[in-house]
Amino acid sequence: MRFTTIYLLIGFLLNINFSYANEIQTENKIAKNLRCLICQGQSVHDSDSEFAISLKLVIRNKIEEGMSEKQIYSFLKKKYGEWILYDPVLNRNTYFLWLLPLLIFLAGGAIIIKKFYIRK
Amino acid sequence: MKLKITPIIIILFFLIIFIIFFKGLKNSNIYTPDLNLEKKIPILVYKSFENNTEIVSEKIFNKKRFYLMNIWASWCIPCREEHVFLMKLKKDQKVELIGLNYKDNITNAKKFLKELGNPYKKVFTDVDGISSISWGAYGVPESFLIYENKIIKRYIGPIKYENFIEIEKIIK
Repeated sequence: MRFTTIYLLIGFLLNINFSYANEIQTENKIAKNLRCLICQGQSVHDSDSEFAISLKLVIRNKIEEGMSEKQIYSFLKKKYGEWILYDPVLNRNTYFLWLLPLLIFLAGGAIIIKKFYIRK
Repeated sequence: MKLKITPIIIILFFLIIFIIFFKGLKNSNIYTPDLNLEKKIPILVYKSFENNTEIVSEKIFNKKRFYLMNIWASWCIPCREEHVFLMKLKKDQKVELIGLNYKDNITNAKKFLKELGNPYKKVFTDVDGISSISWGAYGVPESFLIYENKIIKRYIGPIKYENFIEIEKIIK
């Protein structure tokens, strides 16, 4: 009995700021997926440069305007190019990058099949 | 026969990998921004430098002529270097200089313009850097050459003598 009340109380407390926490979470998530263009090897989330501070403000405004995560990414991609995104997009320059693991996987599978099944 | 082929393949494999990495080593890993990004200028509301009145961007870049939009700040040292060329461009009737004061203290900015001269026809403020992000700017100084609401040239960093000559050529 006591267990359930405590459980409910904790659940209730955790739910109070739920929407607000959600907004901050998406903001941080977006900032973590963006490369800080004027710092080396840092995401926008990690950086405290003037550029990153402004960009975080822009992200917050766009979320408040009701833009989705994808829309924000494409908005920034238009402004700064693909380099701002950490995840490389599949295009002519990145075919090799995306398809190489798949090719290695297939080659490995072929070797295994050849070794264990075809011999019989 | 089989014994001979495998080591050759392995050696070849490592050789190819070595060549790829060796060539990759020579690639410069400094990011040079893609200068062929969005051409249209962003539609924004700017705050005037002198009296904080709001002006829509359509009213600023409305004439059929060249505009040079320059992002600057009084705390930015390279901005002082390029200032000489901006003053020279001011004398050219074919181009209108627009200044965007980036994250600056107003009194310092006014002092800067008093000291070195004001090359801008209009100056606007960007207190939080949001307008600059809409332009796709990286920081200060940065300049955009605009014609008919389109960015035709973009200069990241201070305008140097070569850039100045180039701008003069384009305007003609």
